[in-house]
Amino acid sequence: MSAAAKIAVDGLEVTFKGSGKPVRAVQGVSFDVAEGAAFGLVGESGSGKSTVLKAIAGLIAPSAGAIRLDGGSLGARRTPDERKAMQYVFQDPYGSLHPRQTVDRALREPLAIHRIADADARIQEALAGVGLDARHRYRFPHQLSGGQRQRVAIARALILSPSILLLDEPTSALDVSVQAEILNLLQRLRTERSLTMIFVSHDLAVVAHVCETLAIMREGRIVERMPVETLRAGDADQAYSRELIAASRGYVRRENVDAR
Amino acid sequence: MTEAPLLDVEGLDVVYAGREGTTHAVRDVTFTLGRERLGIVGESGSGKSTTGRALLGLIAPPGVVTARKMTFQGEDLRALDDEGWQAMRGRRLSMVMQDPKYSLNPVKPIGEQIMETFRLHNPGRAGEAKGRALAMLEAVRIRDPHAVFARYPHQLSGGMGQRAMIAMMLIGEPDVLVADEPTSALDVTVQNEVLRILDDLVTARGMGLIFISHNLTVVSSFCDRVLVMYAGRVVESCDAKALDNAKHPYTRALLAAAPRLDDPKADLSVVVRDPAWLA
Repeated sequence: MSAAAKIAVDGLEVTFKGSGKPVRAVQGVSFDVAEGAAFGLVGESGSGKSTVLKAIAGLIAPSAGAIRLDGGSLGARRTPDERKAMQYVFQDPYGSLHPRQTVDRALREPLAIHRIADADARIQEALAGVGLDARHRYRFPHQLSGGQRQRVAIARALILSPSILLLDEPTSALDVSVQAEILNLLQRLRTERSLTMIFVSHDLAVVAHVCETLAIMREGRIVERMPVETLRAGDADQAYSRELIAASRGYVRRENVDAR
Repeated sequence: MTEAPLLDVEGLDVVYAGREGTTHAVRDVTFTLGRERLGIVGESGSGKSTTGRALLGLIAPPGVVTARKMTFQGEDLRALDDEGWQAMRGRRLSMVMQDPKYSLNPVKPIGEQIMETFRLHNPGRAGEAKGRALAMLEAVRIRDPHAVFARYPHQLSGGMGQRAMIAMMLIGEPDVLVADEPTSALDVTVQNEVLRILDDLVTARGMGLIFISHNLTVVSSFCDRVLVMYAGRVVESCDAKALDNAKHPYTRALLAAAPRLDDPKADLSVVVRDPAWLA
């Protein structure tokens, strides 16, 4: 593991114990992300990609393995500074914004938790940073479009000036035209604030657009890690990776329909 | 096309009158469907699902459907009353929705649900129901039809649930199937398996398929022809293979806004909406 890693995951295991058989959702996952880099985690539903992200954020307790931030191991509970450094953006902004709280209130909350002064100016600045303005500040989530809601969720994450952004399918609920706006926004913010990003998605083209390196996950394990050029060229080592890449390029009709 | 089209629609309009004015969800949509795969693409709110629902008489008040012409195998759909629609839906015209979780009955085993559909369409042939239901499950490539027959919807994966849905919709042997985002809730590898099933059904049974989707890659690779909808209108209609060379500025903008594996870009182009598209 390189010393320069902003965030490093080493032998991560997450096991869910319920009434039935324990589910090993994440098994032996290791990777590291350099400062200012964007790392993609892709896979199909149930592959464990979101669980890895939640474990990094401290939302789920790992059963084994280490997560390091700037070289230092993270404990079972995140300290306020660690929470401030890593912020999360979820898939569905409608589900992650309180329906009866205004945008202003949603953005004020993290500032209050972390006892940051000068809330008004910061809220204004955070809204401007994601391309919203004073008109949106006192609206409720249902009065905003899907793209505007996701901008609010990003503003809420960025208002604490984190160094790491954890993104879980941030554009899957959006139309392709809105997705383009949000991806462009994320790219701009990343450059402006030298953010480190971990980007979870099932959409290979979206991950390729955002990330320089990525890992393909299946059934809780990393199948393969690759630079984005390998993904674009489609010459992955593992059969599963190649299958996934081929499938995402669209449907292939059989020219002669056989009798199955 | 040499034979008469299965569906012939001219000037379809769907209007919702509400307290805050009327919403014109579908405006002057015209198309025909033969024994082919016709894709309808568009973003949310473009009217693609409403068009699909109007074809099956599923627009509930206050929605009002009007058309200059709307025929199915020569029969005027505009003239159908509730009873007429009952006889039409499921047997001759059918629809598959996006998410099997919401369209299957959660407290009834899969097999029961499919048998119920069969008995409804074939009142005198109740004895055949079980055999036909199992055959349909096999036709949608469920490996162990007997096991799935006895399961409840929550015991099935998304792809399996969607196959069961398709089996149920096809047991009435419709001539036209309207599939509204049938694969959008599925993983890509499963998605392609479900597309393969639909594809074979069109080819083998000579069914007409209307495939509604927001996904340009899927539509251009799967369908024969595509209608592109924007704000309730069909702004472009073309050969699916020619979608990459679409002419309408909206279609072009939509294609350019989607990130592509084979075409890296620093910035994605943003769709700038021209009021002239609404004219």
